[in-house]
Amino acid sequence: MFKLLKYSLLDIVKSRFALLYTVFLILVAISIYQVSEDMSKVSLSLLNIMLMMVPLIAAIFATTHFFNNLEFTELMLAQPVKRRDVFLSQILAVIVVLSLAIIIGFGVPMILWGADVTVLTLLGIGIGLSIIFAGLAFMASVLTRDKAKAIGISLSFWIYFSLVYDGFVLYLIYSLSDYPLEKTTLGLVFFNPVDLGRIIMLMQLDISALMGYTGAFFQQFFGSAKGILLSSAMMLIWMLWPMGVAMRVFRKKDF
Amino acid sequence: MKATHIIIGLLLIWFIPTQAAIIELKPGNSIQEAINQAAEGDTLKILPGIYLEHEIIIRKPLTLIGVDYPTIDAMDKGNVIIVAAENVHIEGLRIIRTGKSNLDDSAGIKFFDSKNCTIINNRLEQTFFGLHFSNSSNLTIKNNTLISVAEREFQTGNGIHLWKCKDSFIENNFIQGHRDGIYLEFVTNTESNHNMVLENKRYGLHFMFSHENSYYKNTFKRNGAGVAVMYTRNVIMKENIFEENWGASAYGILLKDITDSEVIGNIFRKNTIGIYMEGSSRTIFKRNEFNQNGWAIKLMASCDQNTFEANNFLGNTFDISTNGSVVLNTLTKNYWDKYEGYDLNKDRIGDIPYRPINLFSVIVEKIPSAVILWRSFLVTLLDRMEKVIPSITPENMIDHSPKMNPYDFRTANS
Amino acid sequence: MISVQQIHKKFGKLEVLKDFNLEFEAGNSYALMGPNGSGKTTLIKIILGMVIPNSGDVLVQGEAIKGNYAYRSKIGYMPQIGRYPENIKIGQLFSMMQDIRPEIKSYDMELVNDFGLNEMLDKPMHTLSGGTRQKVSAALAFMFQPDILILDEPTAGLDPIAVELLKTKIKKEREKGKLIIITSHILSELEELTNHAIYIFEGDVFFNDTVESLKEITGENRFSTAIARLMEWSLKKNTIKTELSHV
Repeated sequence: MFKLLKYSLLDIVKSRFALLYTVFLILVAISIYQVSEDMSKVSLSLLNIMLMMVPLIAAIFATTHFFNNLEFTELMLAQPVKRRDVFLSQILAVIVVLSLAIIIGFGVPMILWGADVTVLTLLGIGIGLSIIFAGLAFMASVLTRDKAKAIGISLSFWIYFSLVYDGFVLYLIYSLSDYPLEKTTLGLVFFNPVDLGRIIMLMQLDISALMGYTGAFFQQFFGSAKGILLSSAMMLIWMLWPMGVAMRVFRKKDF
Repeated sequence: MKATHIIIGLLLIWFIPTQAAIIELKPGNSIQEAINQAAEGDTLKILPGIYLEHEIIIRKPLTLIGVDYPTIDAMDKGNVIIVAAENVHIEGLRIIRTGKSNLDDSAGIKFFDSKNCTIINNRLEQTFFGLHFSNSSNLTIKNNTLISVAEREFQTGNGIHLWKCKDSFIENNFIQGHRDGIYLEFVTNTESNHNMVLENKRYGLHFMFSHENSYYKNTFKRNGAGVAVMYTRNVIMKENIFEENWGASAYGILLKDITDSEVIGNIFRKNTIGIYMEGSSRTIFKRNEFNQNGWAIKLMASCDQNTFEANNFLGNTFDISTNGSVVLNTLTKNYWDKYEGYDLNKDRIGDIPYRPINLFSVIVEKIPSAVILWRSFLVTLLDRMEKVIPSITPENMIDHSPKMNPYDFRTANS
Repeated sequence: MISVQQIHKKFGKLEVLKDFNLEFEAGNSYALMGPNGSGKTTLIKIILGMVIPNSGDVLVQGEAIKGNYAYRSKIGYMPQIGRYPENIKIGQLFSMMQDIRPEIKSYDMELVNDFGLNEMLDKPMHTLSGGTRQKVSAALAFMFQPDILILDEPTAGLDPIAVELLKTKIKKEREKGKLIIITSHILSELEELTNHAIYIFEGDVFFNDTVESLKEITGENRFSTAIARLMEWSLKKNTIKTELSHV
């Protein structure tokens, strides 16, 4: 598989997208650092980029890449290699490029102007969300034969998780405000990777407000490393399952 | 001639003990007996070791000095020392294991109707109440360490407890793990400075009906509910630090019915709520720093004529929230890190006013669990809309002259 | 050498191959023909493992291909349109293909040299013309000296010189006793390169025999007219149910 990955990477790293995305992130990072004077402001500005832009770009790029590379995928399937390896080399190449763009795009400005734990966590979340949305995009791609449709599905995932889902949660909280819904809302958050990333950041930026939650459960959840560990574990599950589903479908798929 | 000799001799006998006899006590000696036998003004020098005594009663001016912290162990029975006298000086003792009864408010040292007493450099451990004063005045409470290891609020009393006292100093004490760190009720003209008060179960500092007091440079950290000050006027709180008071009803300070007071140069850092105010008026908040609090200030609608001037608001989740719509308070020249305005005339004051209350904080005020959606795209969107067309947030809660850059209090205060 | 056994394949509701059986023997070269949508591409893809049949299996040199991938190292496949990663170079593509097959040590570089690809190893794929890509595909199909060659429209897009070079190469491999399967729309080419004709119609094998018997059965002397006759008959297939064969 590493041989395949090596060549997939060789191809994708030289693509115009990888360069453009990295330059875009560098420019974003530079402008954020220029405008914000302290680290907490930097992380706040980065937060929106990481929670909104990064998943969007990951979803669209992964879908386009899958379809642009379809013929090559077919060629590889006719070679003496495992289907699993063909799939993994494709998705891992996408993930590596997306992650590298984030690491270089934000890492270079960070080396120049400094970073703190919060900003580094944000980088991790950006990478995590890239992996998750690449997985979702591949899932959408293997489930349909049509590129436009797949991009549509990937975009829907993005809109759903970054806007619609929260609207639904807010509506639920609002209409059932007479009931103790704290655990339910916290539970709902676990079914949305964007919210998970956001909660991990909240635990760093807004821990004081979160501790206003009533109940020992929340004090424990937010007050200790437990909350971060649990959310990260859940995020890991989110990284794995769409990719897993996509791989299962891919292994049975006709090309 | 003889008669005069006798008189002089008698005078000598009379005077020498009053000029402070020093009586040494070793472990095994009874402190109570020594006190009973001592003359007024004597000094008891207590040598290192363990003294198993409780309910030691002092009714005359005396000085008790511990050498290398001798331990008086009450073995969980009642009070350790009870004082009802003037000019009592207690220094360098280690007092442990009082009774744990709410009925007699068991305390390490308890003072009734005393005057001019000093309590210095003592260590109190596993005491129910630490230092307990009633109806006393001119007290100096300094450099004491009070540590309680109780796990729950009802298992412990207050660290330094003053009831109906006046004209006193509470200075440089370390108080940990009690119910209230410092408790003052009907206490006037008293100063509390440089105390370190942390991890007390209820309030770090709790005072009621205690007018004309001041609090300088104390640190209140991780107390169950922060600091509560109630029903009081003319209070001065300066350069204190209120830190990491976390919880559903935890505040840096809870101000209830406080009037004509000053809160200046304090730091509120990482509290769930920095300042919670209700029924308070004519109080000035100046040069405070609010840093990384959940809510920097929760201002209930029952507050009026308060002034918030030249404070720094940095990294708070919400700067100000309120439960009402009409709020008659003044906000001016504060620095708000969330301010996004501009300064075209370069006077370092933003050209457009700042509204510190955002829509979502109003929602969270009604439905606390909604805070989990904070910083989501949806909520950001809602807040933007509200900024453009204010509909829910109070119209007159507004800073017309927001600063463009934060104040540097460190140089300003020194 | 390749035994297609009771393959059944549906795409959605469309039955592409129905209870399909076919044998390919070593030393023969097969012309795989049929109208568009008859299932010949699906058959090739099933043999290559790119399409997975609903039932039935394919044996390649006696081994079932289900869940197997190593057998593909015995097959050289030249796709109809070869698409490759845009940003890698010809040389890198070759070494990748070689990397995938670590057990093969000696490479047949004849076509690489004949097509002049050895002088273009540094060119990235996206700079290549369609014809050059076809050359790359062809070179790759033969590079690992496979026992089986499956060539899908091998000459489409190639210039006449390259066509001749490729044909010569195919003939040469046929002489070596390899199994060759070719699909093409250029009948003269098929006539030149193959000795066995398979005609697939609506998911069934309609004709499967040597070119000689094809001519004999159809009564035509020329390959192309024989095929035309076959097509005519196939349209009346409903009346002639049986598989046409010399046997």
